[in-house]
Amino acid sequence: MIDMASDLERVRQFVTSNFYIADGTELDDTTPLIEAGILDSTGVLELVTFIEDAFGIAVGDEELVPANFGSIHSLCAFIARRRG
Amino acid sequence: MFTKQTVRFSPSELPTAIERIERALYDAVRGTLRRRGVVVGLSGGVDSSVVAALAARALGSDRVLGLYMNEVESSPETVRIARAVGDQLGIATVDEPVSQLLSAAGCYARRDEAIRSVVPRYGAGWRCKLVLPSLVETERLRVFSIVVRSPDGEVLSARMPAEAYLQVVAATNFKQRTRKMLEYYHADRLGYAVAGTPNLLEYDQGFFVKNGDGAADVKPIAHLYKTQVYQLAEWLELPEEVRTRPPTTDTYSLPQSQEEFYFSVPYDTLDACLYARDHGVTIAHAAEALGLAPDQVERVYRDIEAKRAAARYLHAPPITM
Repeated sequence: MIDMASDLERVRQFVTSNFYIADGTELDDTTPLIEAGILDSTGVLELVTFIEDAFGIAVGDEELVPANFGSIHSLCAFIARRRG
Repeated sequence: MFTKQTVRFSPSELPTAIERIERALYDAVRGTLRRRGVVVGLSGGVDSSVVAALAARALGSDRVLGLYMNEVESSPETVRIARAVGDQLGIATVDEPVSQLLSAAGCYARRDEAIRSVVPRYGAGWRCKLVLPSLVETERLRVFSIVVRSPDGEVLSARMPAEAYLQVVAATNFKQRTRKMLEYYHADRLGYAVAGTPNLLEYDQGFFVKNGDGAADVKPIAHLYKTQVYQLAEWLELPEEVRTRPPTTDTYSLPQSQEEFYFSVPYDTLDACLYARDHGVTIAHAAEALGLAPDQVERVYRDIEAKRAAARYLHAPPITM
């Protein structure tokens, strides 16, 4: 059973506890993580490791695109797709 | 009207630009800093060669010390070309090979340990480099992969977890920091200043190691696009190989262009995009002038901003409370 709400919560929790969110930056599920300066290239690597470990998904190089990693929402959609 | 040629100096601008740097360099070193000359690490690349040539013209060739700081993973070419530059300029030079210092610091061992966490077979006789995907050809995020080659020629590529990637970079940074330590040894010994060699692309986009090659007392070409540095090299009649060689990092044991390591696009394209981005040239106009698709230029513009953001830490002086 895939629980999208629970996935969202886990990803959101990881993002907010691992990355610096500047005062005044609105973080919602559609905030563009890279453009908002929340995620740098090392942050992307950390996020990939988290997704792989927490959700049991092997992320391919070709999947490392903004459409999948651009926001908390797109990440959860990617996780849901990959788990089929 | 913006074109790919816009960043180039016109024939009349070039001597004026050189004269201006020479005057400023003389004033900075002898006047502001009160040093007797400058130390330049000579890598055989176009940037350090141009800086040494400018310094020799500005201060006199007897007030410039060139250092050759090769190590076991340096390309033999770079050392040979660096020597040709030192010889041509008639400056004093010192051989300061850095392999022993790097070994003692654990540079190679710490890097290799991190690589083995991803490629367990990696060991003696293997070579490595970090690469980024092309910015123009793919939408992929700027995430490094490690590329290794076995002694038999087998090539493997793997994405690294953040921890391993950071350890590879941190260990490799010993190279730039060790070289800078030696530059300051000689500078202190002679009462000289240390000349840094970043060009505008490197300076602006943070392609340097903090307190490594990013450290210097003067940075004579940090305001020049790489394209312009090549023009200076030609005007200064530096050896042919310096003027025609594509930029490399000469930091990893496999041959590695600056393009695949950091910039993801050829330097002349990035020069032009940087200029266009900073001078309000629209994406559509830049794309047409550079023969790129608008979404490709947009990705380059975005990457320029992302690198600038990352470079803030590199440029930041210590913050006092």
